[in-house]
Amino acid sequence: MQIKESATVYDAIIVGSGAGGGMSTKVLADAGLNVAVVEAGPFFDPKDPKQQTQLKWPYESPRRGAGTTRVFGEWDMAYGGWEIEGQPYTHKDGTKFDWYRSQMLGGRTNHWGRISLRFGPKDFKHKDVDGLGDNWPIGYEDVKPYYDRLDKLIGVFGTNEGLPNDPDGFFLPPPKPRLHELFYIKGARKSKMPVIPSRMSMLTKKINNERGVCFYCGQCGRSCQVYADFSSGSCLIFPAQKSRGQVDLYVNSMVREVTTNEEGKATGVSYINREDRKEYKLRGKVVILAASACSSARILLNSKSKQHPNGLGNSSDLVGKYLHDSTGASRAGFIPGLMNRKLSYNEDGVGGMHVYTPWWLDNKNLDFPRGYHIEVWGGIGMPNYGFGFNPNEFNKFFGLPTGGYGEGLRADVKKYYGSVIGFGGRGEAVARKDNYCEIDPTTVDKFGIPVLRFHYKWSDFERNQAKHMQATFEELIHNMGGEVLGDTPTKEQDYGLLAPGKIIHEVGTTRMGDDPKTSVTNKFQQLHDADNVFVTDAGPFVSQADKNCTWTILALSMRASEYIVEQLKQQNI
Amino acid sequence: MDRRKSIKSIILGSVAGGLAVHGCKPEGAAIEEETVSTDEKYFGRTPEELELIEKLNAEQFFNEHELETIDVLSNLILPPNENGGPTEAGVPEFIEFMAKDIPELQTTLRGGLMWLDHKSNTDFGTEFKLTEEAKQKQILDPIAFYDAEVPMDEQALEIQFFSLMRNLTLTGYYTSKMGIEDLGYKGNMPNVWDGVPQDVLDQHGVAYEEEWLAKCVDQSKRGVIAEWDENGNLLT
Repeated sequence: MQIKESATVYDAIIVGSGAGGGMSTKVLADAGLNVAVVEAGPFFDPKDPKQQTQLKWPYESPRRGAGTTRVFGEWDMAYGGWEIEGQPYTHKDGTKFDWYRSQMLGGRTNHWGRISLRFGPKDFKHKDVDGLGDNWPIGYEDVKPYYDRLDKLIGVFGTNEGLPNDPDGFFLPPPKPRLHELFYIKGARKSKMPVIPSRMSMLTKKINNERGVCFYCGQCGRSCQVYADFSSGSCLIFPAQKSRGQVDLYVNSMVREVTTNEEGKATGVSYINREDRKEYKLRGKVVILAASACSSARILLNSKSKQHPNGLGNSSDLVGKYLHDSTGASRAGFIPGLMNRKLSYNEDGVGGMHVYTPWWLDNKNLDFPRGYHIEVWGGIGMPNYGFGFNPNEFNKFFGLPTGGYGEGLRADVKKYYGSVIGFGGRGEAVARKDNYCEIDPTTVDKFGIPVLRFHYKWSDFERNQAKHMQATFEELIHNMGGEVLGDTPTKEQDYGLLAPGKIIHEVGTTRMGDDPKTSVTNKFQQLHDADNVFVTDAGPFVSQADKNCTWTILALSMRASEYIVEQLKQQNI
Repeated sequence: MDRRKSIKSIILGSVAGGLAVHGCKPEGAAIEEETVSTDEKYFGRTPEELELIEKLNAEQFFNEHELETIDVLSNLILPPNENGGPTEAGVPEFIEFMAKDIPELQTTLRGGLMWLDHKSNTDFGTEFKLTEEAKQKQILDPIAFYDAEVPMDEQALEIQFFSLMRNLTLTGYYTSKMGIEDLGYKGNMPNVWDGVPQDVLDQHGVAYEEEWLAKCVDQSKRGVIAEWDENGNLLT
C-alpha cells in the first residue's frame, strides 16, 4: 500500500483542534498563513441540528439520558470517553491511569466545565515555595499579557478580588448565586473559608457580534448553539476560517507520526484516514502538536528516525515523563433546609457553579504541599436517567421507612428535589518523573499505531490532600445543617482520591525548560531537538496548579503561536 | 409542529418579563431569539449510536406476559393521577429498552418477575398480574421497604428487584413529558437568570447581600458589548 502524499506545503500543520490547537489555528490564520488542522474525530458544530443535544428533553431518547454510550450521560457533547473501542491503552506494574479522549472538532472543549482560572505567580515558581518539583522557565508576568487578551477574545465571567495567587483579569459580570449556593456561602463563612463568584468562560454579556449571549439553560456540557460558551470549534476554528489565512480541515484523520528529513527537521505528518483506512502524508514548514498531553507524547515517541532514534524530541528521554493530573475527591450532603422547594421558577443558570472557593490556606501548616479549590453543585436540575432513584432514601435521617410504593412517592420526590449539595475538590499534584506514559511495544490500536502504556502512582502528598478535602467537605455540610452522605473514605480507600486521569487535567508530558537535558521544549514550547516542531497543548506544563488547566493552555498557545508567526516571518524556521 | 417557531415564541414570552427594561435599553441590547432552535427530528446521536439504538429496538427481551406484569407493577408503584401514570409515560417500553441497553439489569428484572408470579401462584393460585389488587399489595408489602444501612446487593433478591422496579418506574415517569410537568420543573428553555425569587429566599431563610449583587450581571445591559478600562473595570 502506497502512502499518498499531498503536493501542498502548508505553513503549519496543527494536530488537534481542542483548546491548544484551536488557538494556534486562530493566531496563524489571522496572520494570513496557510494551515492544515488535522483532527482525529469528525466535524462538529453545536449549531448543527443533527449533532445538537442542547435543549433536548430526556424523553427524546429511549434511554432517557443514560450514559451507556457517553460516560457523562447521553447529552454530553464529547465523542469519546475513558475507553474507546479499538483504541486501547495499557498499564505498567499494576498502576492505574484513566485516559479520557474526545475525538471531534473542538475536542474536549465541547463538554468541559468552562472553569477558567489563571495560574498565579506562585504557580509558576512553586519550587521556590516548597522545594518540590521544578519552577517554570517563565513567570506570571510573561503570561499575564496573554491572559489579558484571552479574557477579552473569548470572554470569561468573574470578579476582581485582588487575591495574590488568583489574579484579577478582564471579567464579564457573573450570574447571581442560586439557592444552594447561598447556603454554601453561609456554610463556608462559618469556617472562615472564602467564597467568590466563579470564573467561567460563558458570555453573560456580549463580547462581539459573532457570538450570542448566554440564555441560561445550564447545558454548557452540551456545547452552545449560539456560541455563548467557549468551545474551540465555534469560538476559534470557525472564526479562523473566516480570517485572512487559509484553513484546511482534515477530520477523521488520526496522526501516526511526524515525518523528518536528513537534518532531523520535521517535514510534515502522516495520518490514517478513518474512512478509507489508508495512510496519507501532509507537508508543512512547521508542525504544531496539540493532540492533548498524552496523544502528543505518543505521536512524538512513535516518530522514530535515524536522527531521532529515541522518538522525536526525546533526546532527554523525558517525553511522556512528569505526567500529572489534578487530584480529585468528592462528597455530597443532604441539606434539610433545602427541602420542600417551590418550583415556581427556572433555576438552570449557567452550566456548573456560580460560586466557588479558591485555595485559602497556607501549606506550611499542613501535611501536604499543594492546595485545591472547591467546586459546588446542586439545585433543581432537569430530570434525566437516574432521577427518582431511591426517592425517599433521606427518610432514614428522620427515622422513617425507606422504599414503599403508591401515591406517597410523588410527594417524596418533590419533598427531596434539590435538597442535595455536592463538592468536588480539585487540587495540585506534585509532578514526578516516575509518573509517565510510554509506548507499549506489544500493542497497537485498530489503526496499527503503537499505543500508550501508563505508569502512575499517587504519593502521600496527594492522599493527605484528599483527606483534608474530606474533612473540609464534612465540616461544610455540618455548617449547612446537613447530613453527610456515605461513609468517610478510609486510608485504604486513599481518602476518596480518584484515580489519576479521572479529573481530565493531564499535563506535563513535554515539559518546558531552558536546559535540553531536563526538558523537552523551550519556553516557547518549541522542541529542543527540532526547531520547527511545537507543542501547544498541556504537555509543556512544568506543573499543574490548584487550578484547571484550560485557560493556561489557551494563553500559552497564543504566546507560542505568535512566536511561531514571528519566526516564520523572520525565516528562522 | 414547527418546533423552531414555538421555541422562538417561548423565548419572546419568557424574556419579555426579564427584559422589562426594553424601553430604556441601550442600542444593541437585543437577545438572539432567532438563533435558538431545536429540531425534534434529531436527538444528537452519532451514526454509530443510532445504529445501536436501532439494533436494540429490533430485539425483544421481555415477552408479552412479562411486559403486562411490568405494566401492572409500575402502576401499583406509582398510581396514575390527573397528569397520567406509568403506562401513559411509556414506562414498560422504557424498561424493555433499558434491559437491553444495560444487560446487567436483566437477571434481576426477569428473575424478580418470575419470583412475583411464583409467590402469587403459591399464595393465591393466580399469576401476579391477574391477582386482585389487595392481594397484590399483600405480596408487595414485605418486599417494598429496604434497609438503607445495608448495601442493596446484600439484601434479598426480591427486595433488590422491587427497588430496581421502583427506580426504573420513577425515573421513566419523571423523565417523560407528563412526569416533568407533574414534577413542575421549569427549565430547559431560554430565559434570563436574575436570581432566586424573594418568596423562595424567605421560605429558606437566606438573603442576597448588596455587596455581592453589585458584582453581578445587570441583565438590562447584557446585549451591550463589553469594554473595560486598563485595570479590568467593566465600563459598559
